[in-house]
Amino acid sequence: MDTVKTTNLTKKYGELTAADSINLSIARGEIFGLLGPNGAGKTTILMMLSTLLKPTSGSAIVNGFDIVEQPTQVRGSIGMVFQDPSSDAVLTGYENLKLHALLYNVPMGIIDRKISEVLELVDLEKRKDDVVRTYSGGMRRRMEIARGLLHQPEIFFLDEPTLGLDPQTRGRIWEYIKHLAEKNSMTIIVTTHYMEEAENLCGRIAIIDHGKIVALDSPEKLKRELGGDVVSLKGRNLKLEQLGRLPFVKKIEKTDDTVRLSVENSGENLQELLQAAGAVEFVEVHSPDLNDVFLHYTGREIRDEEGDETEFVRTYTSALSKK
Amino acid sequence: MNMRKILKGMYALWYREFRVFLREKSRVISSVFLPLFWYFIFGGGVGSIAAVRGNYRHFIFPGFLVMTIIFSGLFNGAYIVWDKKVDFLKEVLIAPLSRTVIFVGKVIGGMTDSLLQSYILLAIGIVLGIPFTFTSVLLTAFILFVFAIGVVSLGLTIGSFMESPEGYGLISSFVIYPLFLLSGALYPLDNLPHWMRILTHIDPATYAVDGLRNVIIGESSMSFLSNLGVITGFDLVLIFIGTWAFNKMKL
Repeated sequence: MDTVKTTNLTKKYGELTAADSINLSIARGEIFGLLGPNGAGKTTILMMLSTLLKPTSGSAIVNGFDIVEQPTQVRGSIGMVFQDPSSDAVLTGYENLKLHALLYNVPMGIIDRKISEVLELVDLEKRKDDVVRTYSGGMRRRMEIARGLLHQPEIFFLDEPTLGLDPQTRGRIWEYIKHLAEKNSMTIIVTTHYMEEAENLCGRIAIIDHGKIVALDSPEKLKRELGGDVVSLKGRNLKLEQLGRLPFVKKIEKTDDTVRLSVENSGENLQELLQAAGAVEFVEVHSPDLNDVFLHYTGREIRDEEGDETEFVRTYTSALSKK
Repeated sequence: MNMRKILKGMYALWYREFRVFLREKSRVISSVFLPLFWYFIFGGGVGSIAAVRGNYRHFIFPGFLVMTIIFSGLFNGAYIVWDKKVDFLKEVLIAPLSRTVIFVGKVIGGMTDSLLQSYILLAIGIVLGIPFTFTSVLLTAFILFVFAIGVVSLGLTIGSFMESPEGYGLISSFVIYPLFLLSGALYPLDNLPHWMRILTHIDPATYAVDGLRNVIIGESSMSFLSNLGVITGFDLVLIFIGTWAFNKMKL
């Protein structure tokens, strides 16, 4: 049986449809990723599955419970790590965990042992009596991951678990998450807009854009489906028609100043391709990655939105104003 | 939902408030010293001209006990708007507890905080020579307890409606000061102009101040039981509204 199953799950805010007829079936022990740019609706889906938001229409079963009819039972069987810090900065790590254990009715006699266990997992035992205000961003995130695990949830939701963390911490967090899925056959649902994260962590991903699922499969299959290699060309007056006539060119996409081609056996065919293309100023060949998959399904690059300066300023100022 | 789970949930919320209370000493110090400044400076200045039977400082002391409850109770309740800002509130609301349980837990936590502060002031009052008796100390503690339920619930209700902490400061101008200044904490209720008389009688704090004055210096314009009755009614209404507001609250 699926641990999470949604049927046409939809959330509307007035005219805006934040999540549009989402259908997902996620099996026990799976690490499932929701991949998409900021504002695609990933968090909205998580908020509905965790009963913090009521769907406008559609339904979902989480761990055998209906999210609208049995919200308390749903909440008792899930763990959640929110995108933004959600611990009390005035309390110590230990106190935050104890608060959580009490809220989730962890038996009194084992609370301290459980806390030590999860703190060991995220390597924070030494800092447990320090006030959270003194933690780095990565430590705080690790503490919140530990907290989400404290009551041994069946399903663990992580909303952008490594947002803004350094590569080293990110790698470690991925390891924890994989370990959890394997060892405890916990079902894990991650939202992310990092390609590497989706690729390294998730068994299957759903690509979300404008509130809709535009593709759903394992990262390998999604990449394989694109076929061939990706050749990017830059240049003035590239002869697109001629390129289109070449038998080994499977697809042509034009974005701003770049033309991207899906090419079979790019090694053998590159020379012929370049001759046909005309005045090429720049050429790059790579095997398809998730970014190409995303581009294929949405017509945009997720990178653009991620690295965009205004986006950075927005995230940064909202992080500041939250202090 | 079983009882143990509910009690533990409430204990969790209390535990948080209490740990924060122990750690944030500046808040406690300011909320105890502010009424003392009023007591000494305002009480000394106005006391020299005020036409009140007996000692003016003794007359206004009950008002400052109420002031401590109003200030700390309201700010403490409305503090959840900051919890919203940092997503701590989501962590609490995602727990497998009903919103009603969470509301009650928060009320108990907030009450502990503001009652401890007012009890510290009460102890200082005894040292300062306010004419307390053993019975009047107990009754004072009791009235403050009953009043704090409604005040903290009011703060939580306001906080649950606020979407961002920008409006937090407005609470002091539009809720806290009117409640305090209209409570008759600083003046007798008997010879007020008509419009002010109406306003003071709408203010629930008036009944707390009057009840305390009755108990502490034996002077009041209403009977002890009617004061207690009004405060209890205030509690019930605010618990009802607060529970409703918590169940409605969006994130």
